[in-house]
Amino acid sequence: MSRIESLFRKKKNILNIYFTAGFPKPDDTVLIANELEKAGVDMIEIGMPFSDPLADGPVIQHSSSIALQNGMGLDLIFSQIKTIRKTTQLPIILMGYVNQLMRYGEDAFFDKAAACGVDGLIIPDLPVEIYLEKYQQKVEKAGLDMIFLITPQTDEARIKLLDESSRGFLYVVSSASTTGKTAAMQHQEAYFERIRQMKLKNPLLIGFGISDKKSFDTACQYASGAIIGSAFIKALEKGPEIRKNIQQFVKAIRD
Amino acid sequence: MNYQPDKRGFYGKFGGAFIPELLYPNVEFLRKNYLKIITSASFQQEFKSLLRDYAGRPTPLYFATRLSEKYHTQIFLKREDLNHTGAHKINNTIGQILLAQRMGKKRIIAETGAGQHGVATATVSALMGLQCVVYMGEVDMERQAPNVARMKMLGAEVRPARSGSRTLKDATNEAIRDWINHPEDTYYLIGSVVGPHPYPDMVARFQSVISEEMKIQLKEKTGRDEPDKIIACVGGGSNAAGAFYHYLENKKVELIAVEAYGKGVDSGQTAATTKIGSEGVIHGSKTLLMQNEEGQITEPYSLSAGLDYPGIGPLHAHLFKSGRGRFLGATDEEALQAAFEITRLEGIIPALESAHALAVLPKIKLKSNEVVVINISGRGDKDLQAYTKYLEEVEKKHLNIGR
Ligand SMILES: Cc1ncc(COP(=O)(O)O)c(C=O)c1O
Repeated sequence: MSRIESLFRKKKNILNIYFTAGFPKPDDTVLIANELEKAGVDMIEIGMPFSDPLADGPVIQHSSSIALQNGMGLDLIFSQIKTIRKTTQLPIILMGYVNQLMRYGEDAFFDKAAACGVDGLIIPDLPVEIYLEKYQQKVEKAGLDMIFLITPQTDEARIKLLDESSRGFLYVVSSASTTGKTAAMQHQEAYFERIRQMKLKNPLLIGFGISDKKSFDTACQYASGAIIGSAFIKALEKGPEIRKNIQQFVKAIRD
Repeated sequence: MNYQPDKRGFYGKFGGAFIPELLYPNVEFLRKNYLKIITSASFQQEFKSLLRDYAGRPTPLYFATRLSEKYHTQIFLKREDLNHTGAHKINNTIGQILLAQRMGKKRIIAETGAGQHGVATATVSALMGLQCVVYMGEVDMERQAPNVARMKMLGAEVRPARSGSRTLKDATNEAIRDWINHPEDTYYLIGSVVGPHPYPDMVARFQSVISEEMKIQLKEKTGRDEPDKIIACVGGGSNAAGAFYHYLENKKVELIAVEAYGKGVDSGQTAATTKIGSEGVIHGSKTLLMQNEEGQITEPYSLSAGLDYPGIGPLHAHLFKSGRGRFLGATDEEALQAAFEITRLEGIIPALESAHALAVLPKIKLKSNEVVVINISGRGDKDLQAYTKYLEEVEKKHLNIGR
């Protein structure tokens, strides 16, 4: 059983935190992952910084460009993940854009990610049709879970396709937006309920616009948990001590 | 060899729709419906009458006597610069605004580099009474200031793109993000043969009026409906796609695409995509693009805002890889020289983009009985600042130009 699968069997109200590798400092990837585990999060999602992150709002764009200025590259990220994996059993999701995979070489990318201890992948601009045709076998053979996104505009047939094609969990985007819009969660309850009623194969995590305890709790009413990204990245630089910032942020969500 | 995209928008291995799921419903609707809508009789009738009565088509095919003498060949200029708003861009915006209208969209967004596409979009939005937001790189807003003023007068909101190199690539990112945030009411009116399928094909079809007219005009003037060579500049590649379109299958016609070499192919300041680029995905399309070893898209450079883009459309990537297209380039300096040359030989001030196409004349072998068509994609009003600066520099050095 994969780490992701066993987590969903064991736990409810799963908190998955996204952060960009190499932000604010190159070495912070490992530090942040360790602190998140200590703070009690259930899963971590590590973003591979990209020059042109189309699905991301200003906060993640900013963290990505700083990380790139810090010299972050895929091999460094893989070695950091290897270090993280030595001390934790938390599921690790790697998020990035399709051009990064293509340039690295897709096969090499999947093998390397799996070897370092990555459990799942989120590639927002990889169309599911291309995935099924070209990559699914390789990804599954490498032991990785590919996670697709659904949105309020996704029709029922396509939701089923995306659910069938995903492993681990299905990513429910809260509203039509790039990452980091906090207004996103309002008035979405009917949509969340509709998805819950579909009784899909995968457990659900809600993401985009989850920023605080209130929005996290709302998400947990309809799904197995939620993903927080931009709000966490903002919090990283809130006070002078990054460890304290992390602990306080997670505590405020969990309390 | 086939030069039309397959059902999923691939020209050979290039194209497709690599988009976030958030855009899927919009792009899928377009994919399923664009051909039905744009080939319908009522659409075609409205499109053609606006091209004629509003844009001022057909644009002339002008025999450039003095330029021909200089290069010992027969050069015709396809005068897209004489279109309403001053460039070929209006052909595409008229087509897409009619499509947006039929889809019931209320808000139009666009990206722009040189500002020509922004102006053309603001123009048709005014014409149809639709709200219009144009994203433009901060650097481009500065160097193409006259077009920013025009867009504002036309009632469009111009939003500066402040990320990356603050040019066309970044403006396109911002436009796509806007579309993600407004999937219901907004139509994204892309300005070149780039982006996810079906945009490259749709834009190429709207621009194909250029070569459609060319065939008729050449027949009248030369007795043959085909030239020996067609030369066009390539930013994303829409004016080139339009100029090549009806000759793609006709191997007797040499198709010459001209990229912006900026300060030189190896200078680190260039937009020479086919020279230094490699395969990857940019703005939803698999194509050739400039990137580093890590797959990070690198920042392009050209003095010409309309060519300052790190990719080319998938059709052009296919023309390049298959050898159907011949890809050449011109530096800033060469383009500036060519702009003065044609201005002083023919009394036509071209856009800096179009000047790149003219700049390859000294670099290619030409025969006296050959017919060469150069696509003058736009006029140079917007570039007077750059031209004036160049003239001052040249006069300081007491050089003689353009004679
Ligand atoms: C006059 C002119 N020519 C050419 C271009 C380049 O675009 P494309 O390659 O799509 O024709 C532009 C773009 O702004 C332009 O304004």
